[in-house]
Amino acid sequence: MSSAIALIDYGAGNLTSVKKALAAVGADFFVPEEPGALVGARGVVVPGVGHFGATRALDRAWVDAILDLVGEGKPLLGICLGMQWLFEGSEEAPECPGLGVLGGRCRRLNVPPGEGRLKIPHVGWNSLERRLDAGIIEGVPAGAQVYFTHSYVAPVTGDTVAATEHGERFASVVQRGQIAGVQFHPEKSGEVGLRVLQNWLALAA
Amino acid sequence: MLSKRIIACLDVRDGHVVKGINFEGLRSAGDPAELARRYNHEGIDELVILDVTATLERRRALAETIRAVARELFIPLTVGGGIRTEEDGAAAIDAGADKVSLNTAALSSPALITTLASRYGSQAIVVAIDAKRALSASGVEHFAVYARSGQTAADRDAVEWAQEAEARGAGEILLTSIDRDGTKAGFDCEITAAVSTAVSIPVIASGGAGGLDDFVDVFTRGAADAALAASIFHYAETSVRALKEHLRAHRIPVRV
Repeated sequence: MSSAIALIDYGAGNLTSVKKALAAVGADFFVPEEPGALVGARGVVVPGVGHFGATRALDRAWVDAILDLVGEGKPLLGICLGMQWLFEGSEEAPECPGLGVLGGRCRRLNVPPGEGRLKIPHVGWNSLERRLDAGIIEGVPAGAQVYFTHSYVAPVTGDTVAATEHGERFASVVQRGQIAGVQFHPEKSGEVGLRVLQNWLALAA
Repeated sequence: MLSKRIIACLDVRDGHVVKGINFEGLRSAGDPAELARRYNHEGIDELVILDVTATLERRRALAETIRAVARELFIPLTVGGGIRTEEDGAAAIDAGADKVSLNTAALSSPALITTLASRYGSQAIVVAIDAKRALSASGVEHFAVYARSGQTAADRDAVEWAQEAEARGAGEILLTSIDRDGTKAGFDCEITAAVSTAVSIPVIASGGAGGLDDFVDVFTRGAADAALAASIFHYAETSVRALKEHLRAHRIPVRV
């Protein structure tokens, strides 16, 4: 039992920066060692970078524990790969299902060919184009830039709060009720990133 | 639209910034955390800490420096210089680095790129390439790679090495022109464009930044994705903010 935020470590990248940012916005958090430890958590953060196949470590027991919390109305935040995992799956690892709490499948960024072709991975600061008013981006200035590093993207759907363009438009911030996701790295996006984390924490209040 | 990144490099020895002449406006001259704070305030997009510590036992100061800088900054931080093994890379990342930069060690054991990329993801691995113009055996000019801070010819071509580094799992290339480094004569746009158009990962140009127009040049003619400089930012008159305003006036996308 814990009334803190659960930060899931499934081996997809280093969590030092995420921990530091959560601490900076005053979040009380813990890293659960097994799915049973999620019981009673105030909310769940699924971070992660790298290949979608890494989400295989989030097996049925983890999925059930996370879905139980979501069912209780606890907020869920997916960051980067963690956001992609909220969807049905990804063409990066078609055999791995996503959590499926958001509709749509992730796929590789599609950039037009030719001279001056845009690079993949999409690395660096890019802007958020607001599409919906939602708690997760409250107080974030129009056109604010945030730090990305990824090659696969989630589609723009009715849950897309903000979109970003790199060759094509993709969902950079999503929210449906207590479920939120950010394709960018809030822990590496300066004041804007910390604001988004604060907004999400407010959902857990 | 993706912004072109401006990256400040802090050359650190035994916990102090050593490159750069004028630390005006700093309460504690030479303190990396203090300088990092100032750059962050001015809108720097990313920081690189380059450890130029001479001896191994003094290298322990590095983790403390990384921690001090990472404690309050929420922008990407790369650490390089003397990362020879997987353990060195892990120590830097555990201390708070988001990326590690490999140079000499990647040349002597390229498998290290893959080892670290598998453990932390490609986005965490930067391969630094120091290159200078040279004539090949057949008399054609090319860009020759050097190891050990530019002291030892590695018998590699920069374009080909960058492609190999990408294939082995590098997420970015930090390309320094030895010919231009410290000259303030401008970036070597030819070498930057040659490498940048040959790989699909981002290329950070380094070496030769003197004035604001040098950055315009390297982002247009040089096809760079990011540009790194050390000493010019230490002068109060070349602030990061002024540089970005200049770039924006030249229609180069930047984060402001």
